[in-house]
Amino acid sequence: MISFDHVTKRFDDGTVGVADLSLDVPEGQVVVLVGPSGCGKTTTMRMVNRMIEPTEGTITVDGRDVMATDPAELRRRIGYVIQQIGLFPHRTIAENIATVPGLIGWDRARTAERVRELIDTVGLPEGVADRYPHQLSGGQRQRVGVARALAADPPIMLMDEPFGAVDPIVRTRLQDEFLRLQAAVRKTIVFVTHDIDEAIRMGDRIAIFREGGHLEQFDTPTAILAEPANDFVTDFLGAERGLKRLALIPVSDVKADPGPLVRPGDPRDRVQQVAATEGTDWVVVVDADGRLCGWAYVDELGEQVEATGARPFSLRVFADDSLRKALDSMVTSRTGVAVRVSGDDRYEGMLTQDILTREIV
Amino acid sequence: MVQGPLRVDFLTVLADWISDPARWTGATGIPNRLLQHLGYSVGATLIAAAIALPLGIWLGHTGRYGNLAIQITNVGRAVPTLVLILLLFALWPFNVAVIFAALVALAVPPILANAYVGIRQVDPEVRDAALGMGMRGTQLLREIEIPVAIPLIMSGVRTSAVQIVATAGLAAFVGFGGLGRLVIDGVAKGFRGTARGLPEVVWGAVLIAALAVLTELLLARVQRAVTPRGLRRQATPASEIPSASTT
Repeated sequence: MISFDHVTKRFDDGTVGVADLSLDVPEGQVVVLVGPSGCGKTTTMRMVNRMIEPTEGTITVDGRDVMATDPAELRRRIGYVIQQIGLFPHRTIAENIATVPGLIGWDRARTAERVRELIDTVGLPEGVADRYPHQLSGGQRQRVGVARALAADPPIMLMDEPFGAVDPIVRTRLQDEFLRLQAAVRKTIVFVTHDIDEAIRMGDRIAIFREGGHLEQFDTPTAILAEPANDFVTDFLGAERGLKRLALIPVSDVKADPGPLVRPGDPRDRVQQVAATEGTDWVVVVDADGRLCGWAYVDELGEQVEATGARPFSLRVFADDSLRKALDSMVTSRTGVAVRVSGDDRYEGMLTQDILTREIV
Repeated sequence: MVQGPLRVDFLTVLADWISDPARWTGATGIPNRLLQHLGYSVGATLIAAAIALPLGIWLGHTGRYGNLAIQITNVGRAVPTLVLILLLFALWPFNVAVIFAALVALAVPPILANAYVGIRQVDPEVRDAALGMGMRGTQLLREIEIPVAIPLIMSGVRTSAVQIVATAGLAAFVGFGGLGRLVIDGVAKGFRGTARGLPEVVWGAVLIAALAVLTELLLARVQRAVTPRGLRRQATPASEIPSASTT
């Protein structure tokens, strides 16, 4: 765990980089520091490994005051990724990745094995090991930067805009991979960005800073989106706060409604009754095994419901999809609902806009 | 204008002069002059490098006293070597250290400037990453800054060495040896009559120029050899790298 206790950084010219900051980064979580430029987020991150030293207050890593630790020793135990990556141009990719193992004296075989493993972990092609940084694309270099920081398996990672220098498509892919990787390795991560959407996506918790190094709010993304602490945070979160929140909530978090449910073989009058109760002019057809057949207008049905006559739902949602995806399927469906199914296509209920509204408000 | 026959005559005179066996033996022979010239040049280059490299690298590494490096360089460039030789000679007559001191003064500025600039131009992010991963100052210098700066550092040494070779002829002005002797002695013999001193002057100048060119070529090869592979820019284009995940 990383802990900031009343930390202030005042630079030589008198400007305050970070003002009386108290903050805990829980073990195994991603804490994103976000805010406009000049808000002290990078300064905050760099104080953890003493690249910048605090003027007042204490920073502890696993209970030890960083100022009482030898800087080089401290830094070798903390992974470090910066936006411009800073790969060593005269060293091969393998040599770059092997930097910290080299500094802490791993033997050749162990280092080589670890390098091979990491090249695979971060999704680089095997052939890059003997290449030089200038021969790689921007996205590949970012991956090398992450691999290099992970080399000695540090429990803590500091990442300063690690995906800032690549185009949006590559960035999204790197973010996805990062989240997948983090789910497996569970590092304690301090992640700096100026992009609130990236913060919402990547962070278990978000710390929002304002110019002058003031921490405005520190909480989970959903909590911040639900209740911004003040006008600055509200402004910073930007438009579409509701949508951003929906994107974070999984479908499984809300109770789905059974809806106007009928089964093959049900007579017409029962269908009409179901539709009337639910207030719809259509019904959803589910077979005896619980599998979703589709939907049908009440008027179209014959004397009995038939499994084959139903129209398919073109979009369906699963338990781990986001409510934002559910909303998308509502607005693009003629029924105006999102149907939820299990992995083997069993009907689990439907989501309506009423349900979403109840969740957001 | 020089007439055709006369030019042929002069070329013959030049050829005759150089092919005279007497030119190739003894204390005043070309081999000995060449050795003396090389002695001044190699000695002065080594001394200059021994002074300017550590200083320039250290100034570049600390990033402080940047003005000092630039001022030393500017002052050094402003003083004409011949003036320096004459001044020093007045202080220490007939001391060969005068020659070394003057040539070293000529060679220090380019070596110092290139070493300083070479270290300073290492990307700040590269330096930041190295320190952030836990390198100490000396490791940063040895493993990152110097290897990355090596091409510029070597090109400073090369520039200085070539200047020294081209300038070491001045040693003859104050009575010392080297290929400059041929020029000075030739001039002393005069150009009247059958162009007595002229072949010597011409050959002296040609040999000095040739030696300077050879020095340039040799040190360019050395520079290439000591440049880390990743910094040589004829590398494979990125498109040839197999791309599993196509970013």
